[in-house]
Amino acid sequence: MLELKNLCFGVENEDSAKEIIKDVSFVVPDEKFVVITGPNGGGKSTLARLIMGIEKPRSGSILLDGEDITALGITERAKLGISFALQQPVRFKGIHVVDLLRLASGKQLSVGDACEYLSAVGLCARDYINREVNASLSGGEMKRIEIATVLARGTTLSVFDEPEAGIDLWSFQSLIQVFENMQKRVHASILIISHQERILEIADSIILIADGQVRGQGSRDEMLPELMKSTVPVTCSRILEGGMNRAQ
Amino acid sequence: MLSEIQKRLLAEIADLHKTPEGAYNIRANGKAAGRNSTANIDISSKTDKPGIDIRIRPGTKNESVHIPVVLSESGLKEIVYNDFFVGDDCDVVIVAGCGISNCGDQDSAHDGVHCFHIGKNAKVKYVEKHYGEGTGRGRRIMNPRTEVYIGEGSSVEMEMVQIKGVDDTKRETLAKLEKGARLVVHERLLTHGDQRAESDYTVELNGENSSADVVSRSVAKERSSQLYRSRIVGNALSSGHTECDAIIMDKARVVAVPELEANDIDSALVHEAAIGKIAGDQIIKLMTLGLTESEAEEQIINGFLR
Repeated sequence: MLELKNLCFGVENEDSAKEIIKDVSFVVPDEKFVVITGPNGGGKSTLARLIMGIEKPRSGSILLDGEDITALGITERAKLGISFALQQPVRFKGIHVVDLLRLASGKQLSVGDACEYLSAVGLCARDYINREVNASLSGGEMKRIEIATVLARGTTLSVFDEPEAGIDLWSFQSLIQVFENMQKRVHASILIISHQERILEIADSIILIADGQVRGQGSRDEMLPELMKSTVPVTCSRILEGGMNRAQ
Repeated sequence: MLSEIQKRLLAEIADLHKTPEGAYNIRANGKAAGRNSTANIDISSKTDKPGIDIRIRPGTKNESVHIPVVLSESGLKEIVYNDFFVGDDCDVVIVAGCGISNCGDQDSAHDGVHCFHIGKNAKVKYVEKHYGEGTGRGRRIMNPRTEVYIGEGSSVEMEMVQIKGVDDTKRETLAKLEKGARLVVHERLLTHGDQRAESDYTVELNGENSSADVVSRSVAKERSSQLYRSRIVGNALSSGHTECDAIIMDKARVVAVPELEANDIDSALVHEAAIGKIAGDQIIKLMTLGLTESEAEEQIINGFLR
């Protein structure tokens, strides 16, 4: 279980300070599929980076299975069982797809096992296993490989930052299946940042983040009808004015 | 007989754990330590200066020549001249390389001057690895000079590797290509401590449809310094590409000087050069996989120099 308690984060320049995350609290229960949604620039990716330890909060705390991990670095959190698929996957000259999967799994994966992870994200494994993770791969291919590295880690909590970005519609259904299988296979908790209706539809619960704050959270059945009535930014303002705050 | 140190050096530079198959010449501390010629590959000592002639008969296929050099004596300095004559239609692998173990306080140096005369329609792969080790104050110095004359329709692939322990090196490579000839060079270099490495390529595309691709990947750590110069000259309908990609760390210094010269309107030449530190997001990505910062750095460098 992941717990965020009163998390605050901001950036400071010489002459200005900006609050990006303002007193955010929520829980990702065990074996649940939670989706964070909300308008661009609302602080969603920052939240994911705070959870992974890439950014440090100004105040508040983060607990994983009851243990306070706020002071821990990225490596320690990874070892405790958090995985993170970046919104913009990183490229490496000379490192092959199979190397990345081996590093992710923490063991000498056989080529066969590595291929399974790639097939699961809809890549023809044979064509990719020895490709370099460099600029020769397209954005969509990089996204799938990024998701495959999270699969290979098999941790209890996986955080995905907009996994659907760059994935073609044709492959979308199989991506949904990846998340569903993942949850079943390792009894994992999944936290996804997404704008995609079809991802929201398979969530156990949905958290709406706007302007660095939780503007609504609840079960899919509670949240989805409101969110679907309009485009997200409009929804936010309506939620602010209307009754969605009751869900908090 | 080779000493244990010399055997270890051989394993480092030529992946040799026992006597190689095929033709070979092993030079240890300035003396011949083993030689084998085959029906198609003849190795003979030069009579006017130190070094050997390697003659490969036309049409020789799938054979290899190993000519490693190991130095384990402190203070030894030598210049060796090796000439390769590769006949028409050959397909061969040539593995050179030099390992110096210097535990003394005097400098040890090996300067290898290699000259390749390659006939028509041949295919040659040349691998050269440099390695140094030892605890003494004496430096390990290597200054290789390589000349390659590539005949009509022949292709040469050169892999130049220097990953560890060579304190001072100046590498000069000159290649001249005839009609339809092709040259591919992959250089990989890592310097650390106070090491200095200089690499200088000149490639002349003299024949119609000749082409060259000269690529260097290097990592400069600590206080080491590197200078990479690559000059491609197009004298005919030809294509040339040169690329220098360097990772700079700590207090190191890297200079990249790509140079193109077109003397023919149909010569198409491209250069790329990039120097930069390891990207922060690369480290972060590998740390999210459970690696520590230094493990992440090591993986990135290993991949880059692969």
